Amino acid sequence: MADIGARIGRWVTVEMLIAFAVLVTAPFWIEAVGLYQYLGVEVLIWMIYALGFNLLLGYTGKPSFGHGAYFGIGAYAFGLAQHHVMTNIWLGIAFAILAAGVAGAMVATFISHRRGIYFALMTIAFGQVFWFTAVKWHAVTGGEDGLQNIPRPDVFSISLKENEALYYFALVFFCIVVIALWRLIHSPFGKVIKAIKQNEMRAGFIGYNVRLFKFLVFTISAGIAGLAGGLFAMAQGSAYPDVMSLQVSGLVVMMTLIGGGFVSFWGPVLGTIIFFVARDILGALTETWLLWYGLMFIVVVLFKPEGLAGIWQDLTRSRRSRKESVEASPLPSLRR
Amino acid sequence: MTATPLFEARHIHKRFGDQVVLEEINLAFMQGELCGIMGPNGAGKTTCFNVLTGHYKPDRGQVIFDGEDITGLPPRVIAQKGVSRSFQLINLFDEYTALENVLIAVPQVRDRGYNMIRDVEKDNVAIDQAVSVLKQVGLNGKELEPSKRLSYGDRRALEIAVALATEPRILFLDEPTSGMGSNIMGRLADLVRELKCHYTMVIIEHDMKFLFDLADRISVVHWGQVIAEGTPDELRANKWVQASNLGKLV
Repeated sequence: MADIGARIGRWVTVEMLIAFAVLVTAPFWIEAVGLYQYLGVEVLIWMIYALGFNLLLGYTGKPSFGHGAYFGIGAYAFGLAQHHVMTNIWLGIAFAILAAGVAGAMVATFISHRRGIYFALMTIAFGQVFWFTAVKWHAVTGGEDGLQNIPRPDVFSISLKENEALYYFALVFFCIVVIALWRLIHSPFGKVIKAIKQNEMRAGFIGYNVRLFKFLVFTISAGIAGLAGGLFAMAQGSAYPDVMSLQVSGLVVMMTLIGGGFVSFWGPVLGTIIFFVARDILGALTETWLLWYGLMFIVVVLFKPEGLAGIWQDLTRSRRSRKESVEASPLPSLRR
Repeated sequence: MTATPLFEARHIHKRFGDQVVLEEINLAFMQGELCGIMGPNGAGKTTCFNVLTGHYKPDRGQVIFDGEDITGLPPRVIAQKGVSRSFQLINLFDEYTALENVLIAVPQVRDRGYNMIRDVEKDNVAIDQAVSVLKQVGLNGKELEPSKRLSYGDRRALEIAVALATEPRILFLDEPTSGMGSNIMGRLADLVRELKCHYTMVIIEHDMKFLFDLADRISVVHWGQVIAEGTPDELRANKWVQASNLGKLV
């Protein structure tokens, strides 16, 4: 039994089960707390996007300020597949992931040997190229109006026309992304990318192909953004260049940082919730909600760069002594 | 017939802009030897290491390891072949524990670097290996200490441990005693003496006494050239060394 437990524990944690449980029940209480079903869909999509983004920012330490490009490419790819190939949800999702992954791989080829500010600037430059292409290439993207009338195809003859249904469809992908990323960051690959974040040079000197690791992370992260984009195209029924702009690309950075992506796996998830709740609650009170959100961002960056997850860790850590944390450490050969 | 060296630098030239840093460097390190490189500040010792371990590409000349030309290969490829180095300025993974710093360098973990599924923390063989490397440098009991919280002396030891964990065939140490007080220097000398039995080593060192006590052979680098070479006893008698400041120290 213990063996089976351990085997499941490699893939699913208690935190995950809590998160999944909360999200599974969300459609039943979301309206009771004054929100609406569609918001749940949007939040889930951006959580997927932010989790993938954090693999790059939080775990590999590489900022991308043009990640909206891959989200947008995913959305367009989904729409184009529905319009020009066939109306099939799996085909659309596969196209979205693939197109964004390929675009990410192309960009990564050019930037993965760069570091610091040069890496960041190149992500902006490429992001702008994709955004501009989307705005100008009317024949394919529909220009500034975007692609309209993107359908929500059925899943195994279950209709996704209702937002609740789409919510559960997105939730499945959210769970897959959470489990896969959790496994990835606890694998040797994850250990290496965290080492690269801390010291790229030394990682090279102990024999790692730093460039290839950065390339892979960027591509995976872009692919996940593409998945989120594909779901977004379904949710919105359209794909448009706005999500690819520098401004909207910045939102995912803010969500990840406010939530605490640098110190916690769940940081991006928290940050996404905060953003959308702030948008809806502050937005109902004032038109200048983004100003208040921006101020909150400044306060977090100035006083608690580790974000909400960092605050949470400070609160819980004070209750746990260091000795306990050593004993809880997952290193069997030391506890023997 | 003389034995072929394990590692060799032939006619190395390196310049940065119009400044010539290395001019005609020839070095040979034999299997099992502990070789020292000494010289004043700015003599080009660290640049020399950087060329030998792939950080810089030489403008001219060849670097030969085990009969193979490794000139201009990137550091990771040279490292995979079994050439490992430490750094003068401590160069660690600061957020990682001492154990994680070493674990990431263990070849078994490195070979699985692209595995995205396996659980690295349950890899007992690799962990045991990392633990034993830490023990070798005297860091047992501090495995789970974050490396940034270790004392300076311990961090210097960890710097060497990371290089050791890669199972090197030749180990380059760049000023391992840099910034150390004499009280912890003894510990390091003991460590190097112990490692000497198992590894071919090359050490850049400022502290003359340290080097003259430990090295089999020493090369003196000055003005980008090797100006003298020999056993510690030979160097003591060398007129170049005596004429320079170095002679007064030994």
